[in-house]
Amino acid sequence: MEFAELIKTPRVDGVVLHRPFMPTVEGTLCLTGHHLILSSRQDNTEELWLLHANIDSIEKRFVGSLGTIIVKCKDLRVIQLDIPGMEECLNIASSIEALSTLDSVSLMYPFFYRPLFEVIEDGWQLFVPEEAFKDLESMTDEWRLSEVNKDFSVCPSYPSLLTVPKDIDDESLCKAASFRHGGRFPVLSYYHKKNGMVMMRAAQPLTGTNGRRCKEDEKLINATLCAGKRGYIIDTRTIAVAQQAKARGGGFEQEANYPQWRRIHKAIERSNVLQESLIKLVESCNDQSHSMDRWLSKLEASNWQSNVKEILTTACLAAQCIDREGASVLVHGTEGTDSTLQVTSLAQIILDPSCRTIRGFEALIEREWLQAGHPFQQRCAQSAYSNGKPRSEAPVFLLFLDCVWQILRQFPCSFQFNENFLIMLFEHTYASQFSTFLGNSVAERVKLLLSQKTVSLWSWVNRPQELERFLNPLYEPNNLVIWPSVAPQSLQLWEGVFLRWNRSTKCLDEAYQEMVHIIEYNKELQNKVNSLRRQLAQLETEDSPLQTP
Amino acid sequence: MEHIRMPKVENVRLVDRSSSRRIKVGTLYLTATHTIFVGKGSEDRCELWVLHSLVCNVVKHKASQSGYPLLIHCKNFQVMQFIISQESDCHNVYISLSRLSRPEKYEELYCFSFNPNVDKAEREHSWDFLDLKAEYSRMGLPNKLWHVTPINREYRVCDTYPADLFVPQSVTLPVIIGSSKFRSRGRFPTLSYYCKENHATICRSSQPLSGFSARCLEDEQMLQAIMKSNPGSRFMYVVDTRPKLNAMANRAAGKGYENEDNYCNIKFQFIGIENIHVMRNSQQKLIEVSALRSPSMGEFLMGLENSDWLRHIKSIMEAGIFISKAVAEEGVNVLVHCSDGWDRTAQVCSVASVLLDPYYRTLKGLMVLIEKDWVSFGHKFSHRCGHLDGEAKEVSPVIDQFLDCLWQLMEQFPCYFEYNEKFLINIHNHIYSCHYGNFICNSQKERKDLCIKEKTHSIWPHLWENKLDFMNPLFKPDQSQNQGLLRPRTAPYCFKYWRRLYNRFDRELHPRQSELDCLMTVKEETQQLEEDLALCEQKLAVLDKERAKTLYMQKGVLESKQALWSLPLDTSLANTPQDYIGGFIGGAPNLCLFGDKPKSSDADNSDQESGVADFSSHSSGEESLPSEDSVKDPDSDETGPNRA
Repeated sequence: MEFAELIKTPRVDGVVLHRPFMPTVEGTLCLTGHHLILSSRQDNTEELWLLHANIDSIEKRFVGSLGTIIVKCKDLRVIQLDIPGMEECLNIASSIEALSTLDSVSLMYPFFYRPLFEVIEDGWQLFVPEEAFKDLESMTDEWRLSEVNKDFSVCPSYPSLLTVPKDIDDESLCKAASFRHGGRFPVLSYYHKKNGMVMMRAAQPLTGTNGRRCKEDEKLINATLCAGKRGYIIDTRTIAVAQQAKARGGGFEQEANYPQWRRIHKAIERSNVLQESLIKLVESCNDQSHSMDRWLSKLEASNWQSNVKEILTTACLAAQCIDREGASVLVHGTEGTDSTLQVTSLAQIILDPSCRTIRGFEALIEREWLQAGHPFQQRCAQSAYSNGKPRSEAPVFLLFLDCVWQILRQFPCSFQFNENFLIMLFEHTYASQFSTFLGNSVAERVKLLLSQKTVSLWSWVNRPQELERFLNPLYEPNNLVIWPSVAPQSLQLWEGVFLRWNRSTKCLDEAYQEMVHIIEYNKELQNKVNSLRRQLAQLETEDSPLQTP
Repeated sequence: MEHIRMPKVENVRLVDRSSSRRIKVGTLYLTATHTIFVGKGSEDRCELWVLHSLVCNVVKHKASQSGYPLLIHCKNFQVMQFIISQESDCHNVYISLSRLSRPEKYEELYCFSFNPNVDKAEREHSWDFLDLKAEYSRMGLPNKLWHVTPINREYRVCDTYPADLFVPQSVTLPVIIGSSKFRSRGRFPTLSYYCKENHATICRSSQPLSGFSARCLEDEQMLQAIMKSNPGSRFMYVVDTRPKLNAMANRAAGKGYENEDNYCNIKFQFIGIENIHVMRNSQQKLIEVSALRSPSMGEFLMGLENSDWLRHIKSIMEAGIFISKAVAEEGVNVLVHCSDGWDRTAQVCSVASVLLDPYYRTLKGLMVLIEKDWVSFGHKFSHRCGHLDGEAKEVSPVIDQFLDCLWQLMEQFPCYFEYNEKFLINIHNHIYSCHYGNFICNSQKERKDLCIKEKTHSIWPHLWENKLDFMNPLFKPDQSQNQGLLRPRTAPYCFKYWRRLYNRFDRELHPRQSELDCLMTVKEETQQLEEDLALCEQKLAVLDKERAKTLYMQKGVLESKQALWSLPLDTSLANTPQDYIGGFIGGAPNLCLFGDKPKSSDADNSDQESGVADFSSHSSGEESLPSEDSVKDPDSDETGPNRA
């Protein structure tokens, strides 16, 4: 097996592990094909199992013959391993480097992982487009499911089934696809039941410098408007950026050709800028020494919170157009696989109460991210500690989760899931035993035969014993549209992710436990009282015949 | 009344600061104690009561098309903008309010006219609610080490100190007098907190008048006696909370700090908390940042940084931590002073006490602590809060910083405080409102001379009566008792901007559902259930025993599970979008996306409709607001008058 070649020293004794806020552990370090394991071989000390895929970068240091490896993980944790023996240390380091940067997807852990639990509900079968379309059909008959992309030839990043206006035939779709970046022609993202308005998403139109147009594209999006109504095109880029895109063959919808549409430009940063923002943010969070001034100015300079605000604001705007203006919306940026999806998915969380349940949120991720072709594998190849020049890494999905967390903070009773659920998703996008976030598109996943060879994250998460951790004790279904505040005063740094390893959570965990306890005790009492009342009522009816002889 | 030039102005517009399209029209009244705005029409019927004593400043703005804007900034961070149609009316209101909000004599303050429906005995009783003697005996004093000296009974040795002061048993009167002469304003070293477990104490004083070389034998004996009062330790800390440079500058004025060579076994330490002027400017900047209308994230964060507010909070917290550790871990006595020993000293002693003693993390305990370390020890509330028209340079948010430190601690230790942040905000409000007599004047002596106890009411029993509102549902008393010393973290990111205080009146900035309110409702419901359960069990027992036929089951309200905590949600707000359009095309304040085509047909109409609709839902939603918000019904305990 090829892993063995990469592992020069499979085990070293007397290794000391340092982790923040935990006692040091001395034990044996083992390297396997997918894990770094440290075990003290004592029953009461926790072992460390770290997926190589979770390792973002490492640093080596030597003092005499004692080597130290600093392991920086994609979940932002930093651990330190003291390894006796220079040669052992060098071997371990080079093995980790090699194993954590394997190029081939089929060598990833999900292909080797065998679940220790029985898969009761197969996550691969949970969220199929046909099911979502059935729901849509029950509300409107103006849409159809097109198979134009069934072999992924029209648009390689789209799924095989797409929801499009009923009156637009597949031929027109193909033409519209040729007019959109990456073939991503406008498709349905969300149908607002309350007023029948829709949100669509696409990639930028390929107008170029000479203002190309495409009748089919115009017809396609006009088909979604009610008679006499206008719609909004939300371009996630600034007008300047959109103008520049023309030189590279891209562009935006010209008013003249889309008279029924009003274009709004917002300023969500491109993915490479977001990656830089993440690196700076994490750097300032980890710098324990600095003063208050430096902390605030570094936080500001990282621009992370500004990105959160901008994305959230754009999503709110889309939701507002749909719900308040009663207008349909088309969202796109450049490729339509990043900022577009942030906006369409967040808008749905604001508008649609079902997206705030666990199942609904999973379905949303499945629809708006996985099937919509967000390139997870590229975006999550490296995290905040990557040394090299970023290629296409970017915390696009993490920013989405951060925005969800902000809304959750503002509506703590309206979500069925809690913060842990979001953190868990963040972890699994970067490294996982499950394959849900492998690949960059449905086409790639089909080719990799993921559903046959690997286990879906949802198969694991949705088991009652796992789900329990992710349930929000305060949840009460709230059928309203929820409008978050996007003022800087209202947005907070997501400590659960960015300061997670820099703080002891003892007091916060305690508070959470207490909250759970308060609510559980209340429910328990409720049940007791109800059952006693029933008993009383029963006794009374038993007694009553005697009363009236 | 002679200051009111204009008792009533009609057709005044109240502008909602979060969105200029939300305007209420109504009548503005000026009374001797309040500014009152009454909205007209059934839709936006609302009342707004603002105490004159809470008004910080009144500003006239440039006339606009719609009239003459008048901006009122309050000490509780409320900002109101009225638009008055006539210039003369606006000017008259401006002149009247400027005068009314700057009373010249104590007697003009609201607490002297506030007359709730309670009799004299009850009022006097309200002043007995807190008893500092009981607090000292809770600490275990007097004992064989510490006793009360009668020396300041008439406030002759130090007129800013309380009458009863604890000093070491061994200290003689001449030593106290000698020491007091060697200290600014006669504020000699005296006890603030005593730790029963290890006899360690926190003492406080003002700076010594040491100049470059002066020394005072009695003062040295005093410190020696304090050090020896703690049998377990061989030295004591003297903490000067000022930056070293400031303390050194004071030497030139014949003041200064203790020379380690002259005092036996002291360890001297500077802490570096800035003076009241720096703090005033800092808070001013903070308030400006908090009041920015739709700032960018960068503007907000840079503004927060430039205000330096959180840096100051951190330095106060760190001083408290240093002292609490010295007392709890080293078992060493600490003498704390700054210049006069009534600002930074009060902050640091009380923060240390909260860290040390779980009692101060209870409702009653915090009241006692404020009464002891702040009120009795002569924190100059009148000057610092600007109760009377006077020296603007004396105003400083010293006690705000203490409350801010408490809030930071509550964020870090959510289960260790019996009270919640509403309690802190309420106390803050009443420190400035002059509604009750507690925070009037600058010292105990002044309050006695002014017969505060005879003429005004005390806030504490009032807060105690409403304690259900101020309880932290997550509080775990047992744990807190065992916890003892709190060890907060002081990394910069542990200090946060206290939105609930500084943006208190900007409803749209706060979470739309409050975890705190939910949990409080659940707890209340739980209590009801416990009673129901007991009742049911009792009835069942009776039924079982006697098979009584006459018993009739009372139909309960809580028969079926209904989530009560979903009720108090501010759904009106939740269902109102903000201005998300912000930066879009010149930042039009209205969500009129077709605004550049004013003649266009139904799209425009629907815009306006939606604007109107959400305006009305906004105002009707206020019915369900908690009393803390002073729009609509300010509730008599806040800013409202006595309606009895």
